[in-house]
Amino acid sequence: MSTDAFIFDAIRTPRGKGKKDGSLYEVKPVSLLVGLMKALEERNKLDTSKVEDVVIGCVTPIGDQGCDIGKTAVMLADWDESVSAVQLNRFCASGLEAVNTAAMKVASGWEDLVVAGGVESMSRVPMGSDGGAWALDPASNFHTGFVPQGVGADLIATLEGFSRADVDAYAADSQRKAAAAQAEGRFDKSRIPVTDQNGVVILDHDEFIRGNTTTEALAGLNPSFQMPGQMGFDDSAKLKYPQVEEINHIHTPGNSSGIVDGAALVLIGSKKAGEEQGLKPRARIVSVALTSTEPTIMLTGPAPAARKALAKANLTVEDIDIFEVNEAFASVVMKFQKELNVPSEKINVNGGSIAMGHPLGATGAMIIGICLDELERQNKRYGLCTLCVGGGMGIATIIERV
Amino acid sequence: MTEAIRFEKDSNNIVTLTIDMPGQSANTMNQEFNCAFKAIALRVEEEIDSISGIIIASAKKTFFAGGDLNDLIKVQPENATEFFNAVEALKAPMRKLETLGKPVVAAINGAALGGGFEICLATHHRVAIDDKKTKLGLPEVTLGLLPGGGGVVRMVRMLGLEGAFKYLLEGKQVNPQAALKAGLIDELASDTEDMFAKARTWILANPKVVQPFDMKGYKMPGGTPQSPKVAQMLAIVPAILRKKTKGCYPAPEKIIAAAAEGALTDFDTACRIESRYFTELTTGQVSKNMIGTLWFQLNEIKAGGSRPKDIPKYITKKVGVLGAGMMGAGIAYSSAVAGIEVVLKDVSLESANKGKEYSANLLKKKVAKSRMTQEKMDSILSLITPTAQASDLNGCDLIIEAVFESRELKAKVTQEAEAHMSPEGVFSSNTSTLPITGLAQASKNAEKFIGLHFFSPVDKMPLVEIIMGDKTNDETLARAFDYVLQTNKTPIVVNDSRGFFTSRTFGTYINEGLTLLAEGIHPHVIESAAAQAGMPVGPLAVQDEVSMNLSRKVITQTRLDIIAEGGSLPVDSAEELTNRMVDEFKRPGKSDGAGFYEYPVKGKKSLWPELTKHFTKDDVQLPFTDIQERLLFRMSLETLRCFEENVLMSVRDANIGSIFGLGFAPWSGGAIQYVNQFGVRNFYERAKQLSEQYGERFTPPKILVEQAQKNQPFV
Repeated sequence: MSTDAFIFDAIRTPRGKGKKDGSLYEVKPVSLLVGLMKALEERNKLDTSKVEDVVIGCVTPIGDQGCDIGKTAVMLADWDESVSAVQLNRFCASGLEAVNTAAMKVASGWEDLVVAGGVESMSRVPMGSDGGAWALDPASNFHTGFVPQGVGADLIATLEGFSRADVDAYAADSQRKAAAAQAEGRFDKSRIPVTDQNGVVILDHDEFIRGNTTTEALAGLNPSFQMPGQMGFDDSAKLKYPQVEEINHIHTPGNSSGIVDGAALVLIGSKKAGEEQGLKPRARIVSVALTSTEPTIMLTGPAPAARKALAKANLTVEDIDIFEVNEAFASVVMKFQKELNVPSEKINVNGGSIAMGHPLGATGAMIIGICLDELERQNKRYGLCTLCVGGGMGIATIIERV
Repeated sequence: MTEAIRFEKDSNNIVTLTIDMPGQSANTMNQEFNCAFKAIALRVEEEIDSISGIIIASAKKTFFAGGDLNDLIKVQPENATEFFNAVEALKAPMRKLETLGKPVVAAINGAALGGGFEICLATHHRVAIDDKKTKLGLPEVTLGLLPGGGGVVRMVRMLGLEGAFKYLLEGKQVNPQAALKAGLIDELASDTEDMFAKARTWILANPKVVQPFDMKGYKMPGGTPQSPKVAQMLAIVPAILRKKTKGCYPAPEKIIAAAAEGALTDFDTACRIESRYFTELTTGQVSKNMIGTLWFQLNEIKAGGSRPKDIPKYITKKVGVLGAGMMGAGIAYSSAVAGIEVVLKDVSLESANKGKEYSANLLKKKVAKSRMTQEKMDSILSLITPTAQASDLNGCDLIIEAVFESRELKAKVTQEAEAHMSPEGVFSSNTSTLPITGLAQASKNAEKFIGLHFFSPVDKMPLVEIIMGDKTNDETLARAFDYVLQTNKTPIVVNDSRGFFTSRTFGTYINEGLTLLAEGIHPHVIESAAAQAGMPVGPLAVQDEVSMNLSRKVITQTRLDIIAEGGSLPVDSAEELTNRMVDEFKRPGKSDGAGFYEYPVKGKKSLWPELTKHFTKDDVQLPFTDIQERLLFRMSLETLRCFEENVLMSVRDANIGSIFGLGFAPWSGGAIQYVNQFGVRNFYERAKQLSEQYGERFTPPKILVEQAQKNQPFV
């Protein structure tokens, strides 16, 4: 690797409930990005003409989010007209993919300063509204034996022997940790309030968190995938997992990631580019990894991706101080933790997407920032961020404080 | 508690809410109204089970005048949160009444504009008394605002995006019949009694009501922005607007944005989006400029702010117009339309008849478009008597001479006409350049001699510059002022000076345009800079309209006058350029078919291609804003000099005169408000910079230096 890629700053919006009654529903997704771009420029006294590319993850890039939302945002933020931008889609990994792509650009030496990030307004552009052959084209659906992710999450739990009580306990814990972190102000440094054009605050906190949630309350929720599972998806899954007699449907809205709106940006560059702009490197991107696993169970990618990233960095699980594993579903994180034998106090210490929500295209970039802030808070060295991804993919990134 | 809104329930359990703002002749949306409205909506909600329907009515002559501009003009960016919350709080009771399930009817007895019409829109049924003079609509855009009381949201949901734009973007006001046709109201009534009867009947016939846009399955007329047809329309609408506004006017842009964004969301969210854009416009500078000048200052003028106070109002009955050329014919037309008898005199009856023909042609067009009846046209024309006989001027209480700009000729017609004018009558000159005091020397009574400077074309231009000669007395001014108002035009009052205020100031605009051209700036860049600064016509196009022959005559005369006074007037680069255009290229202007522009018989004018060959220097490049500011600063600085010299006496006359007479960028609120909104100290600093860089003509006059020290706006 010829050049080190450094993180200079990582910011995000608060996460708003991704429904019509959510605070960010009235905010256009491009405005979420523009607010962050202006904040990034101001916080870092950034000469935007030195930014060589902007890479923005977005999973449903149609309608409000269509037409290369990255470049649209660059123009609306009045950044220098020399700044290019691209929108990419690696499903739930899009935000982290953007970070990794930016890191690769810098590491290759072909670009020196890149802004990575992601955005998703799930209230305005509903998940799945971009269609696609995989699920909606019957021939493709047959060929892949399409099964929705939630059934995959329930299948993981079934295979691993996680009970409803286990996943609900995990979810309650995520809520408690997130509420405590928010109350303690741990997010304040990097969370930029969303304001309107007049500077009037629209949202300044993560509104999805329910810190007083109990396992009893969670136990009362209906499983989300029982009905579609029984209609046929369970049997499609069992064609591939003949050892399973019955899929145990235990994932509910309470122990799955929340539907929210939000955006995040990460400023990445070479040491030299940082020096030219007077930026202080906060972390180095040590290694990145992608992988893909069996697509029906779909959500088992994080562990192999993490192992791959560790191997590339010549590190072990024990070397990592903080793990951020996206809480797409409780079972995903629990399986990861079990498989890699990660102690609880190192994983998702400030809660995760179950408590705060998972704005699809942005989450990957958000957890990089949260991981870095936590490393700094604990004065630790290595962090690993990973997400499960549609199609069985997994992604991981290791950062090191500098 | 709620003095401002009365609550009365009848035997059918119909509640009438009568808006009667205490101490005001018209209802307006101010803090008091907002509180009363909130309280009354709460009461209605509490008692809703015993209410069968609600009528919203007014105790005033009109229904409701709209938002209180006194309040709105004060809101500053630092009050944004507070103001936004107040707007939201105002909308809540409107929404509340609309969604209680019981029928709500607006009883529209008279004008309902802006916020007043928004109250009507928030009802389920609108009954208006059929009076042609009643105005209904949302004129906010004309003052740089948008309808922030749910008007954008409801209009879009009622009429669709395209349908609503027509009213929202132009501030179009309609009478009840037109409103019924457009679907803005539902029913006409013959009188008050009929209106309330119809309101009650409708309530009893519709005991349970939901707004169409709150019903399940509601489809927005024309489609939402997600439909391909509307999406396509929205892609081009901004460009169509910018073609007109050149980006100088934020209000119509924000209206389009609020309408389109709101059309994608639920009602409450759309209202919140509307409130945010409303807050942005209200706290913004352009609405302050426009409200200050085009509302408050214009109203002051119309209320006689520049007229002597103690002289009774005078109604001019018979006006004599000398000279039936373009100006005289136009003055005759405007007077006759106002119901004033006109004697239109020229040297021959044939010329005088031709002058009357001008009025006939304008009126015929109105009749052809069904904007006027034939009878009305005939009665207007019968007021104009063309003649070649001075004796026909007998009994005129006002004479306006509009003959060629020659002192000798003007003196001759003055003496000839005065002999026949009523002894109490006022004699006026429509000169645009010759000092009035000098012209008055020909008059037998200089106290009754005044300047009435009309603008061409008279039938379209709203301004008249009234010029006081040294000896003109107050009674003469009062009469002239009253006459101008009688013709539905706007008077400004100035003291005598070469070129008065308007011609003198406009001269600087043209001069700067020509100076820029002489410096080597591309002519199209000059014209574009003017347009993007908000000027309706570029300086080169204007010079073509005026004709360089005429400008040269004025300069020559001015120079002779100045030399006679012992001074001198050096030839500047603009004059040299004018000389070349006239003498070398034979292109004096539009009337000769060739000027800076070419004027093909068919098709649009275009810049003379050789202009760039002769004048443009590729190595001369100025920042675009320098060009824009040079054009506007010249006019504002000249206006300040007019103040310093007491040619101008009030800021309102300066602002209104500059917008109505010169087309000075209306977004800025006029030539003085441009200085104020620039920040007086900043303007001074910038003028100094321009002076160092481009010449002494930008040197701040003393009045600006003093005001900049205080950094106080001119008021």
